[in-house]
Amino acid sequence: MSLADKYPQEVKKIMAKYPPEQKRSAVMPLLYMAQREEGFINKAALEDIAQMLDITSTEVAEIVGFYTLYHDEKEGKYRMQVCTDMPCALRGANKFLEELCANLGVKVGETTPDGMITIEAVTCLAACDKAPMFQIQSGMGLTYHENMSVDKTMELVAALRKSGKEVK
Amino acid sequence: MAHLLLRHRDIPDIGKMDIYQKNGGFEAFEKAVCKMKPQEVTDVVKASGLRGRGGAGFPTGVKWSFIPNNIWPHYVVANADESEPGTFKDREIMESNPFQFLEGVAIASFATGANVAYIYLRGEFWPVATFLDEKIAEMEKAGYLGDKLFGTDYSLRIFTHLGAGAYICGEETALLESIEGKRGLPRIRPPFPAVYGLYGKPTVINNVETLANVPLIVEKGADWYKSLGTADSAGVKIFSLSGRVNQPGNYELPFGTTFRELIYQYGDGVTDGRPVKAIMPAGASSSFIVADDKALDTPMDYASVRALGADLGSASVIVIDDTVSLDWVIGKTIHFFKHESCGKCTPCREGTYWMQHLIERIENGEKTKENVELLYSVAKQMQNKCLCPLGEFSTMAVTTAIERFPDDFKASVTGGKHG
Repeated sequence: MSLADKYPQEVKKIMAKYPPEQKRSAVMPLLYMAQREEGFINKAALEDIAQMLDITSTEVAEIVGFYTLYHDEKEGKYRMQVCTDMPCALRGANKFLEELCANLGVKVGETTPDGMITIEAVTCLAACDKAPMFQIQSGMGLTYHENMSVDKTMELVAALRKSGKEVK
Repeated sequence: MAHLLLRHRDIPDIGKMDIYQKNGGFEAFEKAVCKMKPQEVTDVVKASGLRGRGGAGFPTGVKWSFIPNNIWPHYVVANADESEPGTFKDREIMESNPFQFLEGVAIASFATGANVAYIYLRGEFWPVATFLDEKIAEMEKAGYLGDKLFGTDYSLRIFTHLGAGAYICGEETALLESIEGKRGLPRIRPPFPAVYGLYGKPTVINNVETLANVPLIVEKGADWYKSLGTADSAGVKIFSLSGRVNQPGNYELPFGTTFRELIYQYGDGVTDGRPVKAIMPAGASSSFIVADDKALDTPMDYASVRALGADLGSASVIVIDDTVSLDWVIGKTIHFFKHESCGKCTPCREGTYWMQHLIERIENGEKTKENVELLYSVAKQMQNKCLCPLGEFSTMAVTTAIERFPDDFKASVTGGKHG
């Protein structure tokens, strides 16, 4: 089902942000909407968005491929993305990530067996003063978790597993 | 002195409409629209000496004055794509003092004749964008955005646009491509955005912190603003302090504050009481400053930092102590820039790739003179050949680390890695 049929008001609101002859500008917000459905963007969504914007599905796929927050494969329900860039590493981010992986029993890039958490190392999230930190990305959006310890993070993971929903 | 940009630290609820209004909020915008000509607003900002806070330090009023009046419509774009290791000031402004930033966007729009402005936020700032959308709606309700503002013919709308994880989109022409729904690849310049910007129309692109200064300048005047800071660098600046310090964070201080004051007085000194070894004054794209007494006592303004062989840029000060080896640091910065290189121009795409391979060799036991010289040579060959500043940025730490800290690249030096 097309996003335009499923969420007509929301699509209309997005399109209204841009000049009528520049509707291609809506590709990024529409991709975020599509990603909300299953946590990744499938081929049907590429076609749907391409049709709405009068561009080719290849042009939409280009955007998915270029920007790191769009995903074309299913991974864990929550992507836990730990910043390990230099200022964070100077505050112990590498050690944090290593210990977190050991606690979760996965390596960086892997998903826990229950399919809940994919752990990733990412570049700068602009929170250098609050490391160790990570963001959790799900189809529904993003949240930052700053000044974290492994214990605090494992509590968060337990809560996610229990409720299936993110709690801050 | 009370904060001018991080005003929420003195007035905690400044993010609420009534509190912002009670503290003079939107008076500058009303004054500009009702009592000033757009040119007069630009002239005040020009006279204030305000320079772009995103890193380039270009005079803001001069940038506005480049917008031609024979091509329409005009656009204003706020660059909220803060993404470089060491930078974290714009998020604090947007989250905690949102109306002052939005008022700055509104005044910039009036001054340049734009009726639509976009705020481009990095995708990771999703919750910030949602928050700003609420604040924009409050402004519409209060009559600060929409048609016929303050009973004049001026109309303005502000929209947020979320990126999706690409540092390159902080480069202004890549940012414009991204709003247009394309991959964030920088454009060849000229033409410059002032003439050929968003949708091929004249566009002003300003950093969040830059715009947050504007309401104060319009309200209190250019002379007042110039009286803060130094002759070369007017006003206040948010210094983002990170790395090996006890109290990292944002500190709003006048230009001319010394590195020593920032690190020891505000940042409460170096972790474990170690000595400072090197300073990166402008995030991961910085040249390294050798942190001797002369450097530590240098006032942080554009000209003085340049005299140390570096740039103040966005004033994202990363402190490196003597437990850290600089080969490890540039391993990190190279990895960042290689990951973020858009791949459009060959020197950057191939250069960052080869720098990464070489630093990995060096880190993995092949710390030979030949490998270090080759790494230096690749970095040098990239300089002045890349399409946009990203490629250039990737080399600054590499060449200055090898030039200024040669001991860290000798085979005998091991360790210094950080967890």
